[in-house]
Formats: sequence, structure tokens, C-alpha cells
Amino acid sequence: MTHSPFSKPSRRIVLAGLGAGLLATPALALSEAAAKTLVERAVADINAVIASGKSESAMIRDFEGIFARYGDVPTIAISALGPPARSASAAQRSAFTQAFTGYMARKYGKRFREFAGGRIEVKDTRQRSRLIEVRTLAYLPGQSPFNVTFLVSDRSGRDKFVNLLIEGVNLFQTEKVEIGAMLDRRGGNVDALIQDLRRAG
Amino acid sequence: MFDAATSSFKRIALLGAVLLVSACSTPSQPNGINDPYEQTNRQTHEFNRGIDRIVLRPTSNAYGTVVPERARNGISNFANTLNQPADVVNSLLQGRIENAGHSTFRFLVNAIFGLGGFLDPATDMGLEDRDTDFGETLYVWGVPEGVYGELPVVGPVTERHAAGKVVDLFTNPLSTVLEGPGATAQTAANVASGFGTRYTLSDTIDSILYDSADSYAQARLIYLQNRRFKLGVDSTGTDLDPFEDPYDSLPLQ
Repeated sequence: MTHSPFSKPSRRIVLAGLGAGLLATPALALSEAAAKTLVERAVADINAVIASGKSESAMIRDFEGIFARYGDVPTIAISALGPPARSASAAQRSAFTQAFTGYMARKYGKRFREFAGGRIEVKDTRQRSRLIEVRTLAYLPGQSPFNVTFLVSDRSGRDKFVNLLIEGVNLFQTEKVEIGAMLDRRGGNVDALIQDLRRAG
Repeated sequence: MFDAATSSFKRIALLGAVLLVSACSTPSQPNGINDPYEQTNRQTHEFNRGIDRIVLRPTSNAYGTVVPERARNGISNFANTLNQPADVVNSLLQGRIENAGHSTFRFLVNAIFGLGGFLDPATDMGLEDRDTDFGETLYVWGVPEGVYGELPVVGPVTERHAAGKVVDLFTNPLSTVLEGPGATAQTAANVASGFGTRYTLSDTIDSILYDSADSYAQARLIYLQNRRFKLGVDSTGTDLDPFEDPYDSLPLQ
């Protein structure tokens, strides 16, 4: 995929932006600085898993843990399921959330290998209504750097990721469409969807 | 005679581009998904999947396996260098003078100090690739996006992007200068570079085309999100709002 170049902001501009953001929104529980720290911690944890040299299945288990720790998984899962979640039972919703977590960890955990030897540089942060947008540049060996944006929310009571965009490609929206297509294929049967999700990814 | 055929082809292609651009002006939903020819597009998508499975995927896998990474990078650098003059032309047409200068320097540095473009010393000097195309120029000029479509072999496009692709056959000043073996080398580098990209992104493309429940819908969404991001289209408040908050669409509230 192509990448849109942003001029690299200097450290001073980033700090100025951070300062301005903090001054402008002193009442917010979730600060841009905290969102930035969250991204940095998650990236460090992911890099540690990649560097561990474990087997793929062990790494995917670790990624599942990272996904659950840093991501607001119940919200992402139920929101991706959409209106069918309303008629689902509490047991179905919890089984769906669990199956969705495993599916995401397998689908994207398999791919984290591609990030080996790479690094992520935080460029800036910005308030987007109740979300904080953390824009970063990902550097992979032998590839042009590309834009990765993390969206952080504190509405679960803790600072968590609710979405990730890679060169504009929106993880939450693409998974919402994918879950919708999987459910259609099963004629709207949520239990069958949960069965499929446990195998998918 | 060959020249006559080429020039009449060029005329027909330009006419097609003009028609496409005028078609773009049909009113469309702003920034949602506008896909009135979905049924036809889905058939084309199946055709494209077949082409990928039978030709593109095996060829690019063979290319990626046989040709060492260094040589593949060299070839894609070469194709990229030859494409810089087209980026310069489009940047000028967009009024982005700084980008035009940037791409000019990138071209000169890589052509002179990068073994004719096979190496990419420019990126290390801060002259990274600022890829653009005539589709972007049309966007800057205010041409609407038009409807979404999937074209045989070409893949996902908007009408505006498709018109841009036709015009881009003529926007590279190098192509008018290069003749015979030079032109062949340019085409070959572009094709090989395409196979290289299919190989590098193999896991991503396979996952979209062969593992997803509705690869047409996935390809459409991913293309539109990425294209609008690249152009800097503001999609806030639409179906493709990048800052949609999953909390706001929770069904249980």
C-alpha cells in the first residue's frame, strides 16, 4: 500500500502540541500524554513478544493477552456485532466476545512477525470528541514508513484502545463488515457465528 | 503504422477519460459507499479472484522465491525512479510546488547517485517517495469521487481514480522520451514491481481475497478508506468516519 508522507514533526512541536492539548482540556480524565504512554507501552510489550523467539502458537497466546489488556475488547466485540447483539442472551454475548478475542489474536497475531525488527514512532496526539487519536509512523526494515493511528478511550473506566488505523484502513470498521458477512452466511444465527469465529483467523 | 495505432489508441483513451470525468459529476452520497453497480462489480470481483489465483499469485510467488530480495528492491526502486517525472507533473498540476521540487530532486539523486535508479539514496537524505497520480490531481481540482467500481485486472477504483489512471498513461514525460528498449524496460520494471508488491503483501492480500467471508465487501471498504486517507478526504460524520467511537454504536445502550 502507498503511504502519505507527513513531514516529521520536531520534538518541540510534539511537546508544544501536547502542552496545548493539556492546557485546553484540563478536566479530561484521559490526557493525550496518557494515551501516548499507553501506545508506547503496548508497542514495547509487542516487541518483547516478537523478540522472545517463542513458537507461533505461544506468541499468539501472548498477543491475545496483550489485546485483552490494552484493548477494550468487550466494547469492540459487541459494537462490531451490532444490532444482533440486542436479541442475543448475556451468555451468547459473552461467548461471542470470547470467540472474537481469540479470532483477532490469531488473525493479527500471525501477522506480527512482519513487524520483527520494526519500530513505531509517536508523532502527535489529538482530541477527537471523546477519543484521543495517537498518530504514529511505523518503520519496518526495507519498507517505506507508514501511518498507524491508535484511538484511545477511557469510557470503560480505564485507558484502552478502541481502534487502530493503518494508512487509513480502519480495523474496527473492517471487522464489523467481516462479522456482518459471517453472520449473513449463517442466516443471522449468532450461535453458528460463534462456532465459525472459534475456527476463523 | 504502429505510431498511427498508438496515437489513435491514445485519442480513444483520452476520450474515455473525459467521459469518465464527466460521469463523476453525477450526484453521489458524500463519502459513504456509493456502489450502484454492485452486482456487476461482484462478478468482476470473482473474475479478478480467478486471475489472481491462476496467474498473479503463482507468478508473484515464483518471482519472490526466485529473485533475491535485493534485486527485487532494485527493480521496484528503478520503476519508482522512472515514475518520479509523472509525480512532478501531477504535483505541478495540483499547485503543490514543494512536492514537485521534492520529487524532482528525488529523481535526480536516485538517477545520478543510485545507479540509474536501482538504489534509493534519496529516501535516506529525507527525499522520501511522495507518490501521487492524476486521480489525486482531479480531487484537488474539485472533481467528485464518482461511484465505486471494480475493474477487470485493475481492481477497485472510484470513477475519479479510474479516469486518473487513464490520463496517467500519458502524464509521464519520460514515456514520451523513452523509445524501443527504454520503453520496454520501463514497462517490464513496472510489471515486475507489481509482482514484487503482490509478493511482499502476500499475507494481507491472501487474507482479504481468500479468508474473508465477503472478500468483495472487504476489498471495497479497505480501498475506499485507504484512498480517501491518501487524498486527505475528510470523512468525519459519514459511514466511513475514521473517528467513529465504538461506544457510540454499542447496541445495548
